[in-house]
Amino acid sequence: MLEALDNFWSIYSNLVLSLGTASLLALSIYLTLSCGMLAMANAAFMGIGAYTSSILTMNHGWPFPAAIAAGMAAPALVAFLIGKPTLRLSGVYLAMATLAFGEVVRLIIIRAENTTGGALGLNGIPQLTQWWHVLLAVVLVLFVLARLRRSKIGRAFEAIKEDETAAGLMGIDVNGHKMLAFALGAAIAGLAGVLNAHLTFFIGPQEFGFDRGVEILTMTILGGINSLFGPVLGGIIVTLLPELLRSFKDYRAVANGLILVLIVLFLPKGLWNPAWMRRALGLKSKGATP
Amino acid sequence: MRELLKLTNVSRHFGGLKVLQDVSFAVRQGAISGLIGPNGAGKTTVFNLITGLLPPTTGDIALDGATLLGRKPHEITRAGVARTFQNIRIFKEMTLLENVIVGMHRHLAYGVPGLLFALPQYREQERRARDRARELLSWMKLDHKADDLADNLSYGAQRRLEIARALATEPRLLLLDEPVAGMNSTEKTELMREIVNIQGRGYTIFMIEHDMRFVMGLCEEISVLNFGKIIAHGDPGQIRNDPQVIEAYLGREDDEVSVTPEELDE
Repeated sequence: MLEALDNFWSIYSNLVLSLGTASLLALSIYLTLSCGMLAMANAAFMGIGAYTSSILTMNHGWPFPAAIAAGMAAPALVAFLIGKPTLRLSGVYLAMATLAFGEVVRLIIIRAENTTGGALGLNGIPQLTQWWHVLLAVVLVLFVLARLRRSKIGRAFEAIKEDETAAGLMGIDVNGHKMLAFALGAAIAGLAGVLNAHLTFFIGPQEFGFDRGVEILTMTILGGINSLFGPVLGGIIVTLLPELLRSFKDYRAVANGLILVLIVLFLPKGLWNPAWMRRALGLKSKGATP
Repeated sequence: MRELLKLTNVSRHFGGLKVLQDVSFAVRQGAISGLIGPNGAGKTTVFNLITGLLPPTTGDIALDGATLLGRKPHEITRAGVARTFQNIRIFKEMTLLENVIVGMHRHLAYGVPGLLFALPQYREQERRARDRARELLSWMKLDHKADDLADNLSYGAQRRLEIARALATEPRLLLLDEPVAGMNSTEKTELMREIVNIQGRGYTIFMIEHDMRFVMGLCEEISVLNFGKIIAHGDPGQIRNDPQVIEAYLGREDDEVSVTPEELDE
């Protein structure tokens, strides 16, 4: 029994741990979405965190905890700087500006060959991420976000999502709260980047491009943003689905895409939707959401 | 009595369009005052200027002697101005209670450690906010629906919720933008009583309203806006008999009469 578990772990440990980093990424974009912003820079923030920490541990011999802190602080700082001009944009314009920023980050990583290894990426990153680091990170992030939701900050986010003007006239500093959501989301994406980089030995610029950005958004939209479980569930599904569809061989990507389209089509508010679940389980629906 | 809000020579132009020209008036502390005028006279623009959603082109707006110019909407709210909207802007996906608690945002002074670890000050303040929110909802006769979603409320109840939410910011001046628009006469009478009660609790109220009976019945002082200019100012009796006001509402004698004289007294 124990042997079987050992076997399973030696084969699948990377997959299990990437469920954790995927959840972190989904939660990072959940923060901006919960504030009504469609910001697509999270893949870039993940990359900034991954490169910052990897360079520090590989080349400068920083201890892992300090590298984690730097890998979270760097993207948060960048978010603060680019947030000043971009967060006043709304809707699709914000999405475009943040996507463009993501491309800029990717190109800078490719050009700055001396420090980042350019298009070839960074090889031989020390494997410092332990399974419990990932678990602890997910638990801590969930804890912080759950507490925020139940406080005036969470209510301010929701008010801004529903009606920015009305939120401002309730005495809420709209720009300040948007900035908080954006920078905190960047720090969480950076954390995912740090843990992922120190798990896989290798990082390259193509990991943090447009595809990854869309994947992160898919996780959260798929899971739903009604609750914190939504993004986690979405992260797990988007990560596991390609593995579960291995038997489809060449048609794997097609099946993967089809399933995602069907879920979004029939459950536009995401998989984790208390009202839908109550109905599915045949329970009475209530007006109030927890 | 003291002047709480004072507009001095306020103008607002949109391109070549002069929506407001040289508007000056004051709102006295503790009173219920009104701003009336035909459609398109610029009334809502006045509210948008006071609450900082738009800057005036020229002129000054002061609350209790301190200028509000250059301040962001949330700073003006914190200075003590709250408002409702002509086209209701409640948070529809929140419960009534949550809507009102959002208005208390700045009065919840627990720090980040307080909210992260649910420290006693956090719990105490959140509890007090909920109690206060229920009290405000009861002022507007909505306390029995506190845990319902705001979206499920009737139109009139949504307007009352907006007033409760505005009161949650603890304003010195409450601006009501057409509070009885779309209400039936029973609802209007009830709201009238509730607004008098709010004034009785020490709030200063300034409203835009089309319903003449409502305005004349409630307001001690009325300003009349027509084509962006203040054409009259006084108590309901004076306004009712002001020739310029009658002209603005009824047209000149040689014009075709499009509004019946009863509308002024309605």
